[in-house]
Amino acid sequence: MSGEPSFTLDGQQIPFQEGQTVMQAALEAGVYIPHLCFNPEFTPHGSCRVCLVKVNNRMQAACTTPAAGGQTVQSETEELREIRRGILQMLFVEGNHVCPACEKSGACQLQAVAYYVGMLAPHFKHFYPRRPVDASHPDAVIDFNRCIMCELCVRASRDVDGKNIFAVEGRGIQAHLVVNTPSGQLGATGFSLHDKAAQVCPTGSILTKHRGYDIPIGQRLYDRKPINVVGDVAQLPDSQGGRRHD
Amino acid sequence: MAESSMLTETIRDIVQHHGGMPTRLLQILRDVQDRLTWLSPETLERVAEELSISPNKVRSVAEFYSFLYTTPRGRYDILFSDNITDRMLGNRELLHYLCSRLKVSIGETRADGLVTVGTTSCTGMCDQGPAALVNGYTLTRLNPSRLDGIANLIESRIPLAEWPRELFEVYSNLRRADILLGRHFADGSALRAGLKRGPEAIMEEMVKSGLRGQGGAGFGSAAKWISCRNAPGNVKYVVCNADEGEPGTFKDRVLMQDFADLVFEGMTLCGRVIGAQHGFVYLRGEYRYMLNPLKAILQRRREAGLLGEAILGDASFNFDIEIHLGAGAYVCGEESALIESLEGKHGVPRIRPPFPTTHGYLNKPTVVNNVETFAAAAKIAVEGGDWFASRGTAQSKGTKLLSVSGDCERPGIYEYPFGITVHQVLEDCGAHDAQGIQMAGPAGHMISAQQFGRRICFEDLATGGSFMVFDQKRDILDGVRNFAHFFVHESCGFCTPCRVGTSLMRDLIDKVHTGHGTRYDLEEMCKLGRIMQAGCHCGLGQTAPNPVLDSLDQFPEAYERRLRSTAYEPAFDLNAALEEARQLTGRSDPGAYLNEEDLLVGAMP
Amino acid sequence: MIEPRLKIATCSLAGCFGCHMSLLDLDERLFDLAERVELDRSPLTDIKELGECDVGLVEGGVCNAENVHTLIEFRARCKILVAIGACALNGGVPAMRNQYDLKECLEESYVRGMGLVNAQIPSDPEIPLLLNKVHPIHEVVKIDYSLPGCPPSADTIWTFINELLSGQAIALSYRQIHYD
Repeated sequence: MSGEPSFTLDGQQIPFQEGQTVMQAALEAGVYIPHLCFNPEFTPHGSCRVCLVKVNNRMQAACTTPAAGGQTVQSETEELREIRRGILQMLFVEGNHVCPACEKSGACQLQAVAYYVGMLAPHFKHFYPRRPVDASHPDAVIDFNRCIMCELCVRASRDVDGKNIFAVEGRGIQAHLVVNTPSGQLGATGFSLHDKAAQVCPTGSILTKHRGYDIPIGQRLYDRKPINVVGDVAQLPDSQGGRRHD
Repeated sequence: MAESSMLTETIRDIVQHHGGMPTRLLQILRDVQDRLTWLSPETLERVAEELSISPNKVRSVAEFYSFLYTTPRGRYDILFSDNITDRMLGNRELLHYLCSRLKVSIGETRADGLVTVGTTSCTGMCDQGPAALVNGYTLTRLNPSRLDGIANLIESRIPLAEWPRELFEVYSNLRRADILLGRHFADGSALRAGLKRGPEAIMEEMVKSGLRGQGGAGFGSAAKWISCRNAPGNVKYVVCNADEGEPGTFKDRVLMQDFADLVFEGMTLCGRVIGAQHGFVYLRGEYRYMLNPLKAILQRRREAGLLGEAILGDASFNFDIEIHLGAGAYVCGEESALIESLEGKHGVPRIRPPFPTTHGYLNKPTVVNNVETFAAAAKIAVEGGDWFASRGTAQSKGTKLLSVSGDCERPGIYEYPFGITVHQVLEDCGAHDAQGIQMAGPAGHMISAQQFGRRICFEDLATGGSFMVFDQKRDILDGVRNFAHFFVHESCGFCTPCRVGTSLMRDLIDKVHTGHGTRYDLEEMCKLGRIMQAGCHCGLGQTAPNPVLDSLDQFPEAYERRLRSTAYEPAFDLNAALEEARQLTGRSDPGAYLNEEDLLVGAMP
Repeated sequence: MIEPRLKIATCSLAGCFGCHMSLLDLDERLFDLAERVELDRSPLTDIKELGECDVGLVEGGVCNAENVHTLIEFRARCKILVAIGACALNGGVPAMRNQYDLKECLEESYVRGMGLVNAQIPSDPEIPLLLNKVHPIHEVVKIDYSLPGCPPSADTIWTFINELLSGQAIALSYRQIHYD
C-alpha cells in the first residue's frame, strides 16, 4: 500500500493529491460526477451546482470541495439525482432551450447531463425570457437563449485568450451574459474560432457559422452513449464531434 | 463638446478624490451618481478610462447594486422601504398617495425629470416606519401629512439640505439595556487594556468570554481572531460588517448611531491583536445619513490619539478605519460577498474555503465581524471574559441585541442575556396578541405561538437580532409573500438554484396567495425548497425558502383556507392570456373567453 | 377470457403531427397494439366525441383557446394523461413565437405578409383565439407521464405503451430518450 491519501466515493476508494478537489480526484480516477460549469482546464467556479455531492453527509459542490483523507462522498444516490434533476430543470425553464431547433443538439453537454440524471421534462413553469441572437460576427453566432451562465466563455476569454470579450451583468434572475463592446455585438470584437472561448460552451449558445447539422442524427456525440462514457464536448476534438480545436 | 469635457472633469475630480483606486469603484460610482443623478453608458466609459480598468467591470458593478442607476432617475429619488413591517404600517397606501400627489407611476421617472418614486428592501427603520429614502437619506414615520410636505418640497424644488430636519430624525428607541449597553464605556479604555495586557491576554479573555458572531452565524469570535493572527503575512485587515440587510434588523444602526466609539474601539483592538493596520466599516447604503457623523467621530478619535498613527503614544500601534458605503445589496452581508464589494466588485459570495481569516480583503488575512461583536469585544477587553460569560447560557455567552418590530406597543432595541424566552420578549415589548414571530428575519425562522416558550440562543433559536411580531389580525401569507419577493430581488444570480429557484418560489406563493393554488402547489414548494436548501452556493439561497417551509409547517391553516379543492390549477390565468388577442381582434363572442365556470379545470385527478 | 381492451385517445394541439407520424411508424406493431387497445377520439379515427378513456396521449403545446378546451377535456376523460414530444413538454418550436408580442406575430402574417388584399388580423369567431404565449401542457393540466423527443421514436413509444399497459415502471433505455 502506498501512503497516498484517499476518500471514498460511493464506496469506491479514490486516491488524490493534496490540493485537488473531490471533482478533480474523481475525474482522474475515471469516476464521473455530472457537471456543467466545471471544466478541468479552468479554476472551479461552483455556480451551476449540478455536481452537488454529499461529503460526510453535507451537501457540497464536488468541484469546489477540497478532497480530504477519509472523506465519505456520496454521488449516485436517488436523493442527489433528484436534486440534480431539479437544478437541470431550472436551467431548462430559465432559458429557451428548443432542442429540435438547435444545431448543437446531440453534442450538447447540457442535454447530455440532463439525459444522465434522467430528466424527461423541464417540469417547472417556463420563463420564456426574451433574449437576442447575435449573428454580427462573420464566423460565429451567439444565441443568448441557450446561455446557462456557466461563465466558461468569460473565463476562457479573460484567462486564456487574454481578450476579455464576455462578461456577466445584472443581478439575480436579471443576470445575463454580455459582449464587452459599446454596441454589445460580437462582430465588433476580436473574437476568433481559434479562441478558447469558442470551444468551451457546454450548450449551443456559442456556435460556429456555416457548418450546422453536419453530423447525422444517430451519430452525434451523445446519441449512442451517455456523457459519463463519452466525456465532455469541450474536451473532445472536433474530429470526434467535440468542440476542441488544437 | 463642452458638456462632454465637463463630464470628464467631474469624473476625474471624483476619481482623484478616491486616489484613483479601483478598489473604491463602488464609492466612486456613488459619488458620480450623486452629481449626475444616474450613470449613463458614457459616464461609465469615462470612469473606466479614469481608473484604467475594463469598462465591463464598471458596468457589472453599476448593474449589480440597486442604488446605482443605469437609466435616468429623477432629481428627487424616493424609495419606500417595503419590508413587511412597513406594510403593516400602511406603506403601500402611502406610496400610492405620494405617487398620485406627484402624478408619477411607481418606479417611473416623471417626464420633467424631477422625481422618481419606487420601493426598496427593508431600510432598517422598522420601529419607526413607514420609512423611505430620498436620494439615499432616511425619512421616517411617514404619514399623509408628512408626504404632503414632501410633495410640496419636491414641487418647489427645495434642495434636500433645506428640508425640515424632523423629516430625517431617526430615534434610537433603546428599550432595554443589559451589560453591553447598560454600563458607561470610557473611550480608549479597551485600547489601554489591550496595550497594558498585550494581545495574548486579550485573546485569552476573548476565549473565556465565549463570544460568538453576533450577526447570527455564531462562529467563535476568538477562533476567528486567532486564525487570522496566526495566518502568514504582514498585511492584515479588520472589517466591520455594518451591512445590516436582514429585514427587521436595526440594532447595528443603533450601535453605529449611539455607540460608534465602542464599535471603532473593538475594531482597533482587533487590529492590535491580529496585527492589522487597516480597518473598514462596510456601512449599508441605507444608513448613508450616518456617513458624515461617523467620519467626524473617526476624526475625533484620531485627534484623541485613539486612531491613526502611534495610538495612545505607542509607536508600534498604528490603525485606521475607512468607511465604505454599500449600495443596496443584501447579499453583501455575506462576509465574502462583502469583501468582494469592498474590493470594488459586484457582490458575489466567494467559494469557501479558503476563509477570509486567511484569504480575505485583497486575499490577505481578514477578520470580518458584526458591529455588535466588535462592541462586545471592546467591553470584554475592559471588563474581562468572565464578566461577559457570566450572562447567557452554556453555548451562548453574554447578551444579544434584539430589533423588535411589528405588532407591539414598544418596538425598538432590547438587550437580553442569551437564553431569554420569546414569551418574555413579547411581554416586555407589549405584544399581547401575537400569532407568530419571524425570528432572525426572512432567512431565519417563523414560529407560532406554541413555540413562544423557546429560548433565544444558539442552542435553540439563533438570531442576528431581527424579531418581527405578527398579531392575530395579520395574514401570515402576506409576510411569506413579501419575503419571497425580497429574495428574488436580492439573489445575486450566481448559482442556479437561487437565481431560478427564488423566482419559481415567488410564482408559487403568489399563486397560492391569490387563491389559485392547490395541494399540489404546496408539494411543489416543499420540493423546490429542499433543492434550494441543499444546492445553493451561499446562505442567502439556502435560507431563502425558510419562510415558505416554516409557514407551511407552523401555519398550515394560512394555506388551507386559500387552497382550491381541485387537484391541479393552471400556472397562469387562462382567460387573461386571451386578453391581448381579444384586443387585437376586437372579439367579444363567447369563444373569446376562457371563463372558469365553462372549464372543467382540474375537475378530475 | 378476453380482457377488455384499454381505451386510448390521442390529440395534437400546437404541434406538427410528427408525434402521430411516429406512432404510425410502429408499422406492423400496430396490429399487435390494435389487439390490446381500442382507439377512441384521435386524428387516426373518425370519432368526434371523446369517451371515457384509460390513456390520453397529447402531442403539442397550448397556443389557443381551443387547445385549452381540448386539453382540459382530455384531462377530465383520461385516467392517465401522457405528454408526448417536445412541444407538449416545453412548447417546442411553436413557443419560439414567445419571443414576440402577439401583435407582432399577427401583423407579420396578416398585415405585412406578402400578396395580401384587404390585409387585417382575422377576427372570425370560428377561429380559435390565440393565447399571448404558447405553453407546455403541464402549465394547464396535471400530466402523469412525459415522453420527450421531436418526435419520440416509434421504439420509444412502443416501449412506453408496452410498459404502461403491462403495469410496469417505465424504463426507457439511453437511446430512447432524446429531446430532439
